[in-house]
Amino acid sequence: MTRGRASRREHGAALREGRIDRVERGVHDRGGVPTEEPIDRGEHTLEDWEVLTDALVGALARRGLMNVDELRRGIERMPREEYVQASYYERWLFSMESILTEKGVLAAGELDRRAAG
Amino acid sequence: MTYLVGEPVVVAARAHIGHHRTPSYIKGKRGRIERVHARFRNPETRAYGGAGLPEVPLYLVSFARSDLWPDPCAGGGHRVYVDVFEHWLEEAK
Repeated sequence: MTRGRASRREHGAALREGRIDRVERGVHDRGGVPTEEPIDRGEHTLEDWEVLTDALVGALARRGLMNVDELRRGIERMPREEYVQASYYERWLFSMESILTEKGVLAAGELDRRAAG
Repeated sequence: MTYLVGEPVVVAARAHIGHHRTPSYIKGKRGRIERVHARFRNPETRAYGGAGLPEVPLYLVSFARSDLWPDPCAGGGHRVYVDVFEHWLEEAK
């Protein structure tokens, strides 16, 4: 998704003149959003797949295939509904598949085919 | 480094389509430089496979909590601390 320079200028002017009250925000940009939901501060034991997911991101970074900022970008572009429902490491998995497919490391649908086969 | 510890700054109130590390709740807000961390690779280009060069100075900036959202302890002097890259900061008039 791209927006033109003129559009960005207009957005900035609208903000400064108070015509809109804040910058549009991504689904991940939650700071200060009111909620009635209690925050779960509980710890939970990581499942094996979560530990492996963490290790995989580290391995991809060491091989130069993907960095942590790409990981974040992949998470931030998740469809809102999926983002809200996904757990922390499910978001990592989504991003890894998405970014590696974008970079041609994985073919589209390759993981699904392997998992099914 | 453009800004000094103690200097007032304003966070740019601009939209940015794409990955960036400046949360919405500080955009357009006035803050104060608390610490000059160092220069780091720019996550905004690294997120698209770039090298993130040139490195960008990163600052610890503090904000009055009551400037960011309704503060149940207004007047308590509470501050919120956020790391902000230099290209998101402007001189406070």
